[in-house]
Parts: sequence; C-alpha cells; structure tokens
Amino acid sequence: MLEVSEIHTYYGLSHVLFGVSLSVKPGEIVCLLGRNGAGKSTTMRSIMGLTPPHNGTIRFKGITCTGQKPYLLARMGMGFVPDDRRVFADLTVGENLEIVQRKKRKAGIWNKDSIYDFFPPLRKIDSRRAGFLSGGEQQMLTIGRALMTNPDMLLLDEPTEGLAPLVVQLLEQQIRQLKETGLTVLLAEQNQNIALGLSDRGYVIDNGVIRFGGTIQELMENETIRQKYLCI
Amino acid sequence: MHGFISQISLPSLLQQILVGLSRTTILFIVASGLSLVLGVLRIPNLAHGSFYMIGAFLTYSVAAAVGGKAGFWVAMVAAPIGVALISLVMERGLFCHLYDREHLMLLLFTFSFTLVFGDLVKIIWGSDFRSVSIPPVFQGSLSIFGLPLPRYNLFLLVIGPLVALGLWILTQKTKIGKIARAAAVDREMVGAVGINVSLVFSAVFVIGCFLAGLGGALVAPTQNITQGMDHSIIMEAFLIVIVGGLGNIWGALLGALIFGLTDAVGILLWPQFAIVFPYAVVVTILMFRPRGLLKSTW
Repeated sequence: MLEVSEIHTYYGLSHVLFGVSLSVKPGEIVCLLGRNGAGKSTTMRSIMGLTPPHNGTIRFKGITCTGQKPYLLARMGMGFVPDDRRVFADLTVGENLEIVQRKKRKAGIWNKDSIYDFFPPLRKIDSRRAGFLSGGEQQMLTIGRALMTNPDMLLLDEPTEGLAPLVVQLLEQQIRQLKETGLTVLLAEQNQNIALGLSDRGYVIDNGVIRFGGTIQELMENETIRQKYLCI
Repeated sequence: MHGFISQISLPSLLQQILVGLSRTTILFIVASGLSLVLGVLRIPNLAHGSFYMIGAFLTYSVAAAVGGKAGFWVAMVAAPIGVALISLVMERGLFCHLYDREHLMLLLFTFSFTLVFGDLVKIIWGSDFRSVSIPPVFQGSLSIFGLPLPRYNLFLLVIGPLVALGLWILTQKTKIGKIARAAAVDREMVGAVGINVSLVFSAVFVIGCFLAGLGGALVAPTQNITQGMDHSIIMEAFLIVIVGGLGNIWGALLGALIFGLTDAVGILLWPQFAIVFPYAVVVTILMFRPRGLLKSTW
C-alpha cells in the first residue's frame, strides 16, 4: 500500500528526516512511535505531500508519488488527520464534511450520514460551528472529514493527544472498527499503550532516524529500544 | 467655524445622506471585491483599482459601440464580464504561481500591474475625459419626502443591497463559498482533503475583480472617466477594508457606509475641508480598533 524509502525532509534549512524508510501493507495498522519532536509529524507531512522530501521516494498503491500535490494524493485515496486537528473553524460541523464531498465521487461507504452513524455525538451538533467544539468532538470531526474522501489509507497523527480518557477509549474502539472495514492506517502516537494495542507492526523514530521496525511482539521484547527511545 | 451646524437644514442633510449612500454603494462593491481577494487569497491586490478603471472605460466603449438605450444596459453587463476575463487570464497566467510568495512580493507585483494597466488604458483610450450618459429611465429626479433625489442614485441604492445579498449567498450558502471560507483560514488542510485549492482561488479572484469592474461600470455615468481614477479608488477601498476588518465582507459594507457618509456629511459641515472627514474618522477608529471593526480573517 505505502512504501517510503530513504526520504530526507527539510524545514527551510533545517534537516529533519534522515533517510526514513517504512512500509505499510494493505489492511494493516502500523504505528510510528517516538518522543515529541522525533519526526513523526514530519514523516506524516512528507507522505501527504505537505512538506515534500528533497530526496528519496514515496510509493502509494504502487505509484511513485513523491512531490505530488496533496489534493491529488487525497484523490488517490490518502486520508490525512493532522495532529493539531485543524477543523475549518468558521464552518459548521455539517459543512466541514459537506465541502469534502465530491460530485464525481468514487464508490465508497462514507458519506455524511454514515459518518454520523460512526461518530453519533457529531449528529447532534451538525449545525454548530466547528470552532466551538470540544477537543474530542473536533478529533471525531477531523477523522470524519478525512473519511469523507473515502480513503484507502489513513494517516492518523496523534489522534488521542490531549483528550480525556473516556474519549480516548471511544476513539480506540472506532479505529479498531475502521480496520475491520479494511482501511489501512499509519498511526503516529506518543501514547504507547494505545498504539501497541491497536497495531500490527511498529516503527520507532528518534531524531529523524528510524531506530526500529518490526512486529509489536518484537518491540515489546526489545528492552533496549524501548528504554532508549521511548523512555519506559 | 461658529454657527455651522445651525446653518444646516434637515432636508439638505437628508439629501446629502442619500447621495452619500449611493456613493457608499460603489465603494462597497469595489471594497467587497478587494476584501474577498485579500481574505481568501491573501493577495493585497493594488491592481484592483485598475480593474475598476478598466470597467469604467469598457462601459464607455461598449455603450458607445452599441449605442442607443440598450447601450447602457449591454455595457453594464459586458464591462464587468470583460474585466473578469482579464483577471482570469492574469490569475491563471501569473498569480497562480505566486501564492506562496511573501506579501511584500505580491504587493510589488500587483503594484507593477497598476503601472502596466495605467499605460494600457492611456494607449487604448487616450488621456481625454470620457463620459457615459445616464439612460433616459434614470434621468431626472424623483421626489422623496419632498426631496429631489436623482433617479440614478436610487438605482444605485437598489443595486447595493442586491450585491450584498448575492455575496452573502455566495459565501454562506454555496459550496465554493464554504470552501473559500475554509481556505481563508487553512488552505493547506483544504488541499489535504482533496480539494483543488488553486481552482477555488481562481474563481474567487475572478469574482473579486468582477466586482471591481461592476463598480467601475456603475460609477461611469456619474463622473468623468479619467486616468487616475484607479489611484483614488484603491486608496479608499483599502481604507474601507482595513477599517471594516480584512477579509470580512460585512466589514467592507460597514467601512463603506462610514466612509461614504462621513464624506457626504463632511461636505455639508465644512466644505473646504470635506476631504479630511473620512480619513479623520478612519484614523480615530483604527486608534481604538487597530484590527478593524469586525472580525478579520488575518
């Protein structure tokens, strides 16, 4: 589904990612773990084309798409949920979802109604301005908005950051349910308990370098990696 | 300046307010276009005034070419569309490659266009004054509460709210308007959900410039069409947009009302210094609300 090989990404002059490689197979949930500032979000932004890498290649569904414009990647089936949520604050919840809907929509299960079935709390606040939502509601809306594009793969950047435990639990369930619909997920997380519980495989990133890649089982057993980069 | 206020009669004040309101209409139409482009595309388009001037000159040419009673109406429609087409070429050809540049670069770039357009207008239309005559329907005055009010000004008073309504529907009710409002705040995220922001920007730019052209067409019968009308309007339009709140359409309306009315009443109060009034009010407002009266998208 997704193959990232040897990408180097810069913000202006500062070199942030140093040859990051990772792959995600169809139907998998793969997590990207690392401390704050390790390069998780930059990896996500690079894949989505928001901060295109200088070197290296990204292949999505077998097509090389390095440097492709974000809106084209989204139309290819890549959904993006940024870590800072970024709902369209001036629009209502419903409008946030509606503007994503395309006329020549490819066949898919997601529309405004099925999003509301998936995240029932959103239905009640359909006409509320997105800027006035709680953190949990905003997160549901951002995920819903990404699902409206009927993606094949979802880039989920720290979906549980700063949310109440009850909301985190709900999101965890819903992400698991998404996996059952066949959606592929790349999940960046600081919260290991959630990430390890959800994922099939994991990568550990630190200072812009991938330090570990393997199954969750292997990661649990590798004390050195966990202590050194995840500070447990 | 003793005794000024007492010399002003109520009827003349009311009439002056009505004249000011029709001036407000023109200012609002032009400023709302500028505000739209500023709010969504973040381009401080100095060439907006040039589009207004071109709109006025096109109105003259079309009205003269078609002639007769129909000339005016054909020109009212054709001139703004002509301006919109010019802006479309400009946006697709040049601006769409420059959205990521810093504001100063864009400011200089649009400024260079004011010079180019200024010279083009001089080459095409020469430096004589041009004028468009008011169609017979709008000639003469109508008496309202015993006050004679030029019919054309009344026509403008009808057009203004219609344009405001149209803009409200466009930004609040249509999909492209909603996308534009989202893009005004977070254009990157709009792209990340599969929307081609560039096309939306193009549409918004063209609509904004259409409004400049419409303002030029509407003003054409009320004054001499000359070189330099681009400079005076762009100054006023920017002030209106800043006072109202950058990117806020209702701010443009409010700003135009303040500007148009203080101008009109100022002439009555103190004719020699009338030009000072709107600017003094603008300065006063900005001292207390430096970001403008209504919420800015910046």
